[in-house]
Amino acid sequence: MTDVRDVIVIGSGPAGYTAALYAARARLNPLVFEGSVTSGGALMKTTDVENYPGFPDGVLGPDLMDAIRKQAERFGAELIPDDVTEVDLTANPKVIHVGSDTYLAKAVIIATGSGYRELGVPGEERLGGHGVSWCATCDGFFFRDQDIAVVGGGDSAMEEATFLTRFTRSVTVIHRRDTLRASKIMQDRAFANPKINFAWDSEVVEVVGEDRVSGVRIRNVKTGAESTLPVTGVFVAIGHDPRSELFTGKLATDPEGYLLVEQPTTRTAIAGVFAAGDVVDRTYRQAVTAAGTGCAAALDAERWLADQEG
Amino acid sequence: MGATKTVTDATFEADVLKSDKPVVVDYWAEWCGPCRQVAPVLEQIATEHADKIDVVKLNVEENPVTSQRYGIINIPTLSVFKGGEVVKEIVGARPKSALLRELADFI
Repeated sequence: MTDVRDVIVIGSGPAGYTAALYAARARLNPLVFEGSVTSGGALMKTTDVENYPGFPDGVLGPDLMDAIRKQAERFGAELIPDDVTEVDLTANPKVIHVGSDTYLAKAVIIATGSGYRELGVPGEERLGGHGVSWCATCDGFFFRDQDIAVVGGGDSAMEEATFLTRFTRSVTVIHRRDTLRASKIMQDRAFANPKINFAWDSEVVEVVGEDRVSGVRIRNVKTGAESTLPVTGVFVAIGHDPRSELFTGKLATDPEGYLLVEQPTTRTAIAGVFAAGDVVDRTYRQAVTAAGTGCAAALDAERWLADQEG
Repeated sequence: MGATKTVTDATFEADVLKSDKPVVVDYWAEWCGPCRQVAPVLEQIATEHADKIDVVKLNVEENPVTSQRYGIINIPTLSVFKGGEVVKEIVGARPKSALLRELADFI
Protein backbone atom coordinates (compact mmCIF):
# COMPACT_ATOMS: atom_id res chain seq x y z
CA MET A 1 0.00 0.00 0.00
CA THR A 2 1.52 3.28 -1.12
CA ASP A 3 0.73 6.29 1.02
CA VAL A 4 -0.78 9.35 -0.60
CA ARG A 5 1.52 12.36 -0.65
CA ASP A 6 0.19 15.90 -0.49
CA VAL A 7 2.40 17.08 -3.32
CA ILE A 8 4.56 15.46 -5.96
CA VAL A 9 6.82 17.71 -8.03
CA ILE A 10 7.87 16.44 -11.45
CA GLY A 11 11.08 18.08 -12.61
CA SER A 12 13.92 19.97 -11.07
CA GLY A 13 15.63 23.18 -12.08
CA PRO A 14 14.77 26.54 -10.49
CA ALA A 15 11.00 25.99 -10.83
CA GLY A 16 10.89 22.46 -9.43
CA TYR A 17 13.27 23.06 -6.53
CA THR A 18 11.62 26.36 -5.56
CA ALA A 19 8.20 24.68 -5.62
CA ALA A 20 9.68 21.95 -3.42
CA LEU A 21 11.17 24.51 -1.04
CA TYR A 22 7.86 26.33 -0.54
CA ALA A 23 5.86 23.11 -0.33
CA ALA A 24 8.30 21.73 2.25
CA ARG A 25 8.03 24.86 4.37
CA ALA A 26 4.23 24.55 4.17
CA ARG A 27 4.69 21.06 5.69
CA LEU A 28 3.32 19.41 2.56
CA ASN A 29 6.11 16.84 2.59
CA PRO A 30 6.83 17.09 -1.15
CA LEU A 31 8.34 14.30 -3.19
CA VAL A 32 10.40 15.51 -6.15
CA PHE A 33 11.24 13.45 -9.22
CA GLU A 34 14.32 15.26 -10.44
CA GLY A 35 14.95 13.14 -13.52
CA SER A 36 17.78 10.61 -13.66
CA VAL A 37 20.12 12.78 -15.70
CA THR A 38 18.28 16.08 -15.86
CA SER A 39 18.47 17.17 -12.21
CA GLY A 40 19.24 20.86 -12.05
CA GLY A 41 17.77 21.48 -15.49
CA ALA A 42 19.08 23.80 -18.18
CA LEU A 43 21.32 25.76 -15.80
CA MET A 44 23.56 22.71 -15.45
CA LYS A 45 24.99 23.55 -18.88
CA THR A 46 25.69 27.21 -18.22
CA THR A 47 28.69 28.90 -16.70
CA ASP A 48 28.28 32.28 -15.05
CA VAL A 49 24.72 33.30 -14.27
CA GLU A 50 25.03 37.07 -13.98
CA ASN A 51 21.37 38.02 -13.74
CA TYR A 52 20.11 36.00 -10.78
CA PRO A 53 19.40 38.57 -8.06
CA GLY A 54 21.48 38.29 -4.93
CA PHE A 55 24.74 37.32 -6.65
CA PRO A 56 26.54 40.58 -7.49
CA ASP A 57 29.60 38.69 -8.75
CA GLY A 58 27.61 36.08 -10.65
CA VAL A 59 27.19 32.43 -9.74
CA LEU A 60 27.93 29.24 -11.68
CA GLY A 61 24.73 27.63 -12.98
CA PRO A 62 25.44 24.21 -11.43
CA ASP A 63 26.37 25.86 -8.11
CA LEU A 64 23.14 27.86 -8.06
CA MET A 65 21.15 24.70 -8.66
CA ASP A 66 23.03 22.79 -5.95
CA ALA A 67 22.22 25.61 -3.54
CA ILE A 68 18.47 25.74 -4.29
CA ARG A 69 18.35 21.94 -4.18
CA LYS A 70 20.01 21.89 -0.74
CA GLN A 71 17.68 24.63 0.47
CA ALA A 72 14.65 22.51 -0.50
CA GLU A 73 16.17 19.45 1.16
CA ARG A 74 16.89 21.36 4.36
CA PHE A 75 13.16 21.86 4.90
CA GLY A 76 12.31 18.25 4.21
CA ALA A 77 11.71 17.90 0.48
CA GLU A 78 12.38 14.33 -0.56
CA LEU A 79 14.37 14.23 -3.80
CA ILE A 80 14.48 11.23 -6.12
CA PRO A 81 16.82 11.30 -9.13
CA ASP A 82 14.59 9.27 -11.43
CA ASP A 83 12.33 9.75 -14.43
CA VAL A 84 8.54 9.77 -14.34
CA THR A 85 7.39 7.46 -17.11
CA GLU A 86 3.59 7.80 -17.01
CA VAL A 87 0.95 9.84 -15.19
CA ASP A 88 -2.76 9.57 -14.50
CA LEU A 89 -3.78 13.05 -13.44
CA THR A 90 -7.55 12.62 -13.50
CA ALA A 91 -7.53 9.74 -11.00
CA ASN A 92 -8.09 10.51 -7.34
CA PRO A 93 -5.50 10.45 -5.91
CA LYS A 94 -3.29 11.17 -8.91
CA VAL A 95 -0.99 8.38 -10.03
CA ILE A 96 2.67 8.80 -10.97
CA HIS A 97 4.57 5.87 -12.49
CA VAL A 98 8.33 5.66 -12.32
CA GLY A 99 9.20 2.52 -14.24
CA SER A 100 7.45 -0.26 -12.31
CA ASP A 101 7.00 1.86 -9.15
CA THR A 102 3.79 3.75 -8.44
CA TYR A 103 3.35 6.88 -6.35
CA LEU A 104 0.16 8.65 -5.32
CA ALA A 105 -0.46 12.33 -4.63
CA LYS A 106 -3.31 14.73 -4.03
CA ALA A 107 -1.62 17.53 -5.96
CA VAL A 108 0.98 17.49 -8.72
CA ILE A 109 3.31 20.30 -9.76
CA ILE A 110 4.80 19.98 -13.23
CA ALA A 111 8.17 21.66 -13.78
CA THR A 112 9.72 19.57 -16.53
CA GLY A 113 11.40 22.53 -18.22
CA SER A 114 12.65 22.51 -21.76
CA GLY A 115 15.06 20.62 -23.96
CA TYR A 116 17.42 22.06 -26.55
CA ARG A 117 16.21 22.35 -30.11
CA GLU A 118 17.99 20.56 -32.94
CA LEU A 119 18.82 22.03 -36.33
CA GLY A 120 17.19 19.17 -38.20
CA VAL A 121 19.69 19.25 -41.06
CA PRO A 122 21.70 16.46 -42.72
CA GLY A 123 24.89 15.58 -40.89
CA GLU A 124 23.74 16.88 -37.51
CA GLU A 125 22.80 13.55 -36.01
CA ARG A 126 25.61 11.57 -37.65
CA LEU A 127 28.24 14.02 -36.38
CA GLY A 128 26.66 14.49 -32.95
CA GLY A 129 29.51 13.69 -30.58
CA HIS A 130 32.00 14.29 -33.37
CA GLY A 131 31.99 18.05 -33.43
CA VAL A 132 28.29 18.90 -33.18
CA SER A 133 27.59 19.96 -29.61
CA TRP A 134 24.81 21.40 -27.47
CA CYS A 135 27.02 22.15 -24.48
CA ALA A 136 29.75 24.77 -24.89
CA THR A 137 30.82 24.49 -21.26
CA CYS A 138 31.35 20.73 -21.69
CA ASP A 139 33.10 20.67 -25.03
CA GLY A 140 34.82 24.05 -25.55
CA PHE A 141 38.01 22.60 -24.08
CA PHE A 142 38.42 20.26 -27.07
CA PHE A 143 38.50 23.09 -29.63
CA ARG A 144 41.63 24.91 -28.54
CA ASP A 145 43.02 27.13 -31.34
CA GLN A 146 40.39 25.93 -33.78
CA ASP A 147 37.75 27.74 -35.83
CA ILE A 148 34.23 26.89 -34.78
CA ALA A 149 30.65 28.06 -35.33
CA VAL A 150 27.80 28.87 -32.97
CA VAL A 151 24.30 28.75 -34.40
CA GLY A 152 21.69 31.10 -32.90
CA GLY A 153 21.08 34.72 -32.00
CA GLY A 154 19.76 34.68 -28.45
CA ASP A 155 21.34 35.03 -25.03
CA SER A 156 22.49 31.41 -24.90
CA ALA A 157 24.15 31.72 -28.31
CA MET A 158 26.01 34.89 -27.27
CA GLU A 159 26.99 33.36 -23.94
CA GLU A 160 28.34 30.27 -25.68
CA ALA A 161 30.16 32.27 -28.37
CA THR A 162 31.80 34.51 -25.78
CA PHE A 163 32.70 31.55 -23.57
CA LEU A 164 34.15 29.58 -26.47
CA THR A 165 36.60 32.36 -27.39
CA ARG A 166 38.52 31.40 -24.24
CA PHE A 167 39.66 28.33 -26.17
CA THR A 168 39.17 28.81 -29.87
CA ARG A 169 40.95 30.82 -32.54
CA SER A 170 37.68 32.15 -33.91
CA VAL A 171 33.93 31.80 -33.47
CA THR A 172 31.48 32.51 -36.26
CA VAL A 173 27.95 33.18 -35.09
CA ILE A 174 25.45 31.97 -37.69
CA HIS A 175 22.12 33.72 -37.35
CA ARG A 176 19.20 33.73 -39.73
CA ARG A 177 18.31 37.40 -39.17
CA ASP A 178 20.33 40.60 -39.40
CA THR A 179 19.83 41.51 -35.74
CA LEU A 180 20.25 39.53 -32.54
CA ARG A 181 17.56 38.56 -30.04
CA ALA A 182 20.09 38.55 -27.21
CA SER A 183 20.02 41.12 -24.43
CA LYS A 184 21.95 44.33 -25.07
CA ILE A 185 24.75 43.53 -22.66
CA MET A 186 25.34 40.11 -24.24
CA GLN A 187 25.29 41.66 -27.74
CA ASP A 188 27.74 44.38 -26.79
CA ARG A 189 30.09 41.84 -25.30
CA ALA A 190 29.98 39.68 -28.44
CA PHE A 191 30.43 42.65 -30.81
CA ALA A 192 33.43 43.85 -28.81
CA ASN A 193 35.13 40.45 -28.93
CA PRO A 194 37.69 40.39 -31.76
CA LYS A 195 37.47 36.60 -32.05
CA ILE A 196 33.75 36.63 -32.86
CA ASN A 197 32.54 37.03 -36.46
CA PHE A 198 28.95 37.04 -37.68
CA ALA A 199 27.32 35.29 -40.61
CA TRP A 200 24.08 37.29 -40.78
CA ASP A 201 20.87 36.26 -42.57
CA SER A 202 22.25 32.76 -42.74
CA GLU A 203 20.88 29.35 -41.95
CA VAL A 204 22.67 26.04 -41.71
CA VAL A 205 21.67 23.61 -44.45
CA GLU A 206 24.15 20.84 -43.71
CA VAL A 207 26.88 19.84 -41.29
CA VAL A 208 29.70 18.31 -43.32
CA GLY A 209 32.55 15.98 -42.39
CA GLU A 210 33.60 12.36 -42.64
CA ASP A 211 34.38 11.11 -39.13
CA ARG A 212 34.19 14.53 -37.56
CA VAL A 213 32.95 17.96 -38.46
CA SER A 214 34.96 19.75 -41.14
CA GLY A 215 32.51 22.51 -41.99
CA VAL A 216 28.97 23.77 -42.24
CA ARG A 217 27.15 24.63 -45.41
CA ILE A 218 25.14 27.81 -44.94
CA ARG A 219 22.60 29.59 -47.10
CA ASN A 220 21.96 33.31 -47.14
CA VAL A 221 18.21 33.59 -46.65
CA LYS A 222 18.02 36.86 -48.59
CA THR A 223 20.10 35.98 -51.64
CA GLY A 224 19.85 32.19 -51.57
CA ALA A 225 23.61 31.96 -52.03
CA GLU A 226 25.25 28.95 -50.41
CA SER A 227 28.75 28.72 -49.02
CA THR A 228 30.77 26.43 -46.79
CA LEU A 229 32.32 27.63 -43.59
CA PRO A 230 35.39 25.57 -42.66
CA VAL A 231 34.94 24.84 -38.95
CA THR A 232 35.76 21.85 -36.76
CA GLY A 233 32.96 22.37 -34.28
CA VAL A 234 29.32 23.45 -34.42
CA PHE A 235 27.60 24.54 -31.23
CA VAL A 236 23.82 24.63 -31.54
CA ALA A 237 22.00 27.26 -29.47
CA ILE A 238 18.81 27.91 -31.38
CA GLY A 239 16.49 27.71 -28.44
CA HIS A 240 14.50 25.19 -26.49
CA ASP A 241 11.24 23.31 -26.72
CA PRO A 242 9.03 22.58 -23.73
CA ARG A 243 9.37 19.06 -22.34
CA SER A 244 5.68 18.28 -22.20
CA GLU A 245 5.54 14.88 -24.00
CA LEU A 246 4.55 13.13 -20.78
CA PHE A 247 1.30 15.13 -20.77
CA THR A 248 0.34 14.92 -24.44
CA GLY A 249 -3.39 14.31 -24.71
CA LYS A 250 -3.78 14.82 -20.95
CA LEU A 251 -3.23 18.54 -20.56
CA ALA A 252 -3.86 21.36 -23.01
CA THR A 253 -0.85 22.87 -24.73
CA ASP A 254 -0.35 25.63 -27.25
CA PRO A 255 0.72 24.63 -30.78
CA GLU A 256 4.37 24.55 -29.72
CA GLY A 257 3.76 22.27 -26.76
CA TYR A 258 3.85 24.75 -23.87
CA LEU A 259 1.43 23.72 -21.13
CA LEU A 260 -1.50 26.11 -20.72
CA VAL A 261 -2.32 27.50 -17.28
CA GLU A 262 -4.96 29.89 -15.99
CA GLN A 263 -2.74 32.97 -15.87
CA PRO A 264 -1.83 34.61 -13.56
CA THR A 265 -2.12 31.39 -11.52
CA THR A 266 -0.30 28.13 -12.22
CA ARG A 267 -3.53 26.06 -12.36
CA THR A 268 -3.96 23.73 -15.33
CA ALA A 269 -7.37 22.57 -16.55
CA ILE A 270 -7.20 19.58 -14.19
CA ALA A 271 -7.95 20.37 -10.55
CA GLY A 272 -4.93 19.84 -8.34
CA VAL A 273 -2.44 19.92 -11.21
CA PHE A 274 -0.17 22.95 -11.46
CA ALA A 275 2.60 23.85 -13.88
CA ALA A 276 5.55 26.21 -13.60
CA GLY A 277 8.83 27.20 -15.24
CA ASP A 278 9.99 26.78 -18.82
CA VAL A 279 7.43 24.10 -19.67
CA VAL A 280 4.81 26.88 -19.40
CA ASP A 281 6.75 30.04 -20.11
CA ARG A 282 7.29 30.89 -23.76
CA THR A 283 7.97 34.54 -23.01
CA TYR A 284 10.51 35.16 -20.27
CA ARG A 285 12.36 31.89 -19.75
CA GLN A 286 14.73 33.12 -17.05
CA ALA A 287 16.04 31.31 -13.98
CA VAL A 288 14.41 33.91 -11.75
CA THR A 289 11.01 33.76 -13.50
CA ALA A 290 11.10 29.97 -13.29
CA ALA A 291 11.84 30.18 -9.57
CA GLY A 292 9.01 32.73 -9.23
CA THR A 293 6.41 30.53 -10.90
CA GLY A 294 7.69 27.51 -8.95
CA CYS A 295 6.92 29.43 -5.78
CA ALA A 296 3.48 30.39 -7.14
CA ALA A 297 2.72 26.75 -7.98
CA ALA A 298 3.52 25.63 -4.42
CA LEU A 299 1.31 28.38 -2.97
CA ASP A 300 -1.49 27.51 -5.42
CA ALA A 301 -1.20 23.84 -4.47
CA GLU A 302 -1.20 24.67 -0.77
CA ARG A 303 -4.40 26.71 -1.10
CA TRP A 304 -6.06 24.09 -3.26
CA LEU A 305 -5.24 21.36 -0.72
CA ALA A 306 -6.62 23.52 2.11
CA ASP A 307 -9.86 24.07 0.14
CA GLN A 308 -10.24 20.32 -0.36
CA GLU A 309 -10.18 19.79 3.38
CA GLY A 310 -12.33 22.79 4.28
CA MET B 1 34.99 5.12 -3.50
CA GLY B 2 31.96 3.78 -5.23
CA ALA B 3 31.66 1.02 -7.76
CA THR B 4 33.33 2.92 -10.58
CA LYS B 5 37.11 2.98 -10.82
CA THR B 6 39.32 5.84 -11.97
CA VAL B 7 41.66 5.16 -14.89
CA THR B 8 44.45 7.33 -16.29
CA ASP B 9 46.64 7.50 -19.38
CA ALA B 10 49.09 5.31 -17.46
CA THR B 11 46.62 2.62 -16.40
CA PHE B 12 44.38 2.62 -19.48
CA GLU B 13 46.07 -0.31 -21.18
CA ALA B 14 45.97 -2.59 -18.17
CA ASP B 15 42.57 -1.59 -16.86
CA VAL B 16 40.68 -1.17 -20.12
CA LEU B 17 42.43 -2.61 -23.16
CA LYS B 18 43.54 -5.81 -21.43
CA SER B 19 40.46 -6.33 -19.32
CA ASP B 20 38.71 -9.69 -19.57
CA LYS B 21 35.33 -8.04 -19.12
CA PRO B 22 33.79 -5.37 -21.33
CA VAL B 23 34.67 -1.95 -19.90
CA VAL B 24 32.53 1.18 -20.09
CA VAL B 25 34.78 4.25 -20.10
CA ASP B 26 33.15 7.46 -18.91
CA TYR B 27 35.05 10.41 -20.37
CA TRP B 28 34.31 13.36 -18.10
CA ALA B 29 35.60 16.63 -16.66
CA GLU B 30 35.01 18.71 -13.58
CA TRP B 31 33.45 21.59 -15.52
CA CYS B 32 30.88 19.44 -17.33
CA GLY B 33 27.40 19.70 -15.77
CA PRO B 34 25.86 16.78 -17.69
CA CYS B 35 28.83 14.61 -16.60
CA ARG B 36 27.90 15.37 -13.00
CA GLN B 37 24.28 14.54 -13.77
CA VAL B 38 25.02 11.12 -15.27
CA ALA B 39 27.62 10.10 -12.66
CA PRO B 40 25.17 8.67 -10.08
CA VAL B 41 23.45 6.61 -12.79
CA LEU B 42 26.79 5.11 -13.80
CA GLU B 43 27.52 4.27 -10.15
CA GLN B 44 24.22 2.38 -10.01
CA ILE B 45 24.89 0.53 -13.25
CA ALA B 46 28.40 -0.36 -12.07
CA THR B 47 27.03 -1.77 -8.82
CA GLU B 48 24.16 -3.67 -10.35
CA HIS B 49 26.15 -5.23 -13.19
CA ALA B 50 29.56 -5.67 -11.56
CA ASP B 51 29.66 -9.33 -12.60
CA LYS B 52 29.41 -8.50 -16.31
CA ILE B 53 31.10 -5.14 -16.89
CA ASP B 54 33.51 -2.65 -15.37
CA VAL B 55 32.63 1.02 -15.40
CA VAL B 56 35.65 3.32 -15.25
CA LYS B 57 36.04 7.10 -15.27
CA LEU B 58 38.68 8.97 -17.26
CA ASN B 59 39.21 12.66 -16.60
CA VAL B 60 39.86 14.20 -20.05
CA GLU B 61 41.66 17.22 -18.67
CA GLU B 62 44.20 15.16 -16.74
CA ASN B 63 44.51 12.42 -19.38
CA PRO B 64 44.75 14.07 -22.79
CA VAL B 65 46.63 11.21 -24.47
CA THR B 66 43.81 8.70 -24.20
CA SER B 67 41.01 11.12 -24.99
CA GLN B 68 42.87 12.37 -28.06
CA ARG B 69 43.73 8.88 -29.26
CA TYR B 70 40.03 8.02 -29.27
CA GLY B 71 38.98 11.36 -30.76
CA ILE B 72 36.83 12.42 -27.82
CA ILE B 73 35.52 15.95 -28.47
CA ASN B 74 32.17 15.84 -26.71
CA ILE B 75 31.55 14.86 -23.10
CA PRO B 76 30.11 12.98 -21.44
CA THR B 77 30.98 10.18 -23.87
CA LEU B 78 30.65 6.57 -22.81
CA SER B 79 32.75 4.13 -24.83
CA VAL B 80 32.42 0.39 -24.45
CA PHE B 81 35.70 -1.49 -24.94
CA LYS B 82 35.76 -5.21 -25.60
CA GLY B 83 39.00 -7.05 -26.33
CA GLY B 84 40.83 -3.73 -26.59
CA GLU B 85 38.48 -2.31 -29.24
CA VAL B 86 35.74 0.29 -29.05
CA VAL B 87 32.52 -1.58 -29.78
CA LYS B 88 30.03 1.10 -28.82
CA GLU B 89 29.95 4.83 -28.21
CA ILE B 90 27.21 6.74 -26.42
CA VAL B 91 27.47 10.53 -26.47
CA GLY B 92 25.63 12.73 -23.99
CA ALA B 93 23.93 12.04 -20.67
CA ARG B 94 21.01 9.62 -20.95
CA PRO B 95 18.48 8.35 -18.43
CA LYS B 96 19.28 5.04 -16.78
CA SER B 97 16.66 3.11 -18.74
CA ALA B 98 18.10 4.37 -22.03
CA LEU B 99 21.66 3.52 -20.97
CA LEU B 100 20.63 0.02 -19.94
CA ARG B 101 19.03 -0.44 -23.36
CA GLU B 102 22.23 0.72 -25.07
CA LEU B 103 24.31 -1.58 -22.90
CA ALA B 104 21.96 -4.55 -23.19
CA ASP B 105 24.41 -6.57 -25.30
CA PHE B 106 27.00 -6.45 -22.53
CA ILE B 107 25.04 -6.99 -19.31
